Amino acid sequence: MDLKLKVWRQKNAEDKGGLVEYQLNDIEGHMSFLEMMDILNEQLISEGQEPVSFDHDCREGICGACSMHINGEPHGPDAGTTTCQLHMRKFNDGDTIFIEPFRAKAFPVIKDLVVDRSAFDRIQHAGGYISVNTSGNTQDANSIPVPKVNADKAFDAATCIGCGACVAACKNASAMLFVSAKVSQFALLPQGEVEAKDRALNMVKQMDAEGFGNCTNTGACEAECPKGISLENIARLNREYLSASVTTDH
Amino acid sequence: MSWLTKTLSSSIGKKVLMAITGLFLCSFLIIHLMGNLQLFKDDGGYAFNTYTVFMTTNPLIKTVSYVLYFSILFHAVWGIYLEYQNKKARPQGYAMSKNQGSLASRNMAILGTIIFVYIAVHLGDFWYEYKFGHLPYVTYTESLSTGEVTAIETLPDSYTQEVKMLETFNEAEGTKSITVKDLYVEAEEAFSKPLLVIFYVISMVVLGFHLLHGFQSGFQTLGLNHPKYNPLIKKVGIWVFAILIPFAFAVIPVYFLIK
Ligand code: SF4
Ligand code: FES
Repeated sequence: MDLKLKVWRQKNAEDKGGLVEYQLNDIEGHMSFLEMMDILNEQLISEGQEPVSFDHDCREGICGACSMHINGEPHGPDAGTTTCQLHMRKFNDGDTIFIEPFRAKAFPVIKDLVVDRSAFDRIQHAGGYISVNTSGNTQDANSIPVPKVNADKAFDAATCIGCGACVAACKNASAMLFVSAKVSQFALLPQGEVEAKDRALNMVKQMDAEGFGNCTNTGACEAECPKGISLENIARLNREYLSASVTTDH
Repeated sequence: MSWLTKTLSSSIGKKVLMAITGLFLCSFLIIHLMGNLQLFKDDGGYAFNTYTVFMTTNPLIKTVSYVLYFSILFHAVWGIYLEYQNKKARPQGYAMSKNQGSLASRNMAILGTIIFVYIAVHLGDFWYEYKFGHLPYVTYTESLSTGEVTAIETLPDSYTQEVKMLETFNEAEGTKSITVKDLYVEAEEAFSKPLLVIFYVISMVVLGFHLLHGFQSGFQTLGLNHPKYNPLIKKVGIWVFAILIPFAFAVIPVYFLIK
């Protein structure tokens, strides 16, 4: 198929940037979106132009590195799919495709389609972990009984790959779905309970400090999340945060 | 910073304030509607006018009404502030956007602003007129034995505006006379203007959209989300708060216009 691409090009964080149009021919339907981008870059290099920068790593939908806002949606038109897993057969011959970076104040553009998502790392560092003694006497996790329902919900929350599509889709650029997944995956398990209160307080504090917007429960995040993280987690985060606020000593 | 201000100034705390004031305003709508239903009684405004006296003199209700005025102002100002912050969280928009999320949920601030303007007009029409304006007085004479209203008499224009309610008994005739400000006739007069009626009806449609998202969103913000009672919250939000209540309110001005 032949495609017309409108790609966001921006030299660096200071550059104003803008959409640039490219014509790309003979794209196969079984290519992934990133393979299509590779072909575009080869074409650009052979023409002596600067290739388009974009994030990617695993290319199998598990690392969360790939981003891109494709035709108005983070990770493109296919539901529950990352950009690397998006096939070109979802597009038609002659289509125009808009390719933009994820937009949020907390995700500044580094170059072209690459944005700085280290705000997520800092939120994780603020509490997205459990403290375990690893000196050789670590208890086997399976020896602690966990109700099946909680195990399932914790697992569902843990499938969040930290891609940032929730932020990109939200009209408020809110990171609540991401943070709620990271809080939920531990809050529901006995191993995570010990630090649950501080975790909720500190991760929300860091989220606010990074300049994400306030959640207004539009549900755009859930609709666009490639891993189908549920809004139920946001309600849980609200509960965890509010109860931690009124019950901790500090 | 105390723990409370810290909590309430976090993004979740700020939303909690919106949820609490918003749900409180929802509960007020029910009370307000029940009172207003008395406008449909064909009794020359007797039930409605005496109810108005009760609502403006009972100390408990007066206290709650100050909380109500504060909540309206707070919900509006705080909502605008949050919207401003949220706009700042995405300084550069997309060239193309699919805009996921319901129409109502994406436009809460605009819907809310229209409702706020409506409330100002509505308070000017009735609350201000009742408190500071010049309303006619009406006397209802009620039979003590049957409770039937036997005579309705409008008092001369020069009657004082200080008095809220005057009760006199006539032992010989077995009647009770109640003189009150006639807010009912004020409603009749206001809703004889088609433009105002249209404005009221449109405002109620806007209110319905605002509550379509707002009611259930308030519960989600407070963390009240559970597969068992979510469907109920959603249904009440849609059928009662987004449809039934705004519809019943909208019927009132239309009823007076065509009456
Ligand atoms: S919640 Fe979903 S959209 Fe958000 S970071 Fe995690 S996987 Fe990505
Ligand atoms: S590149 Fe790893 S999820 Fe797409």
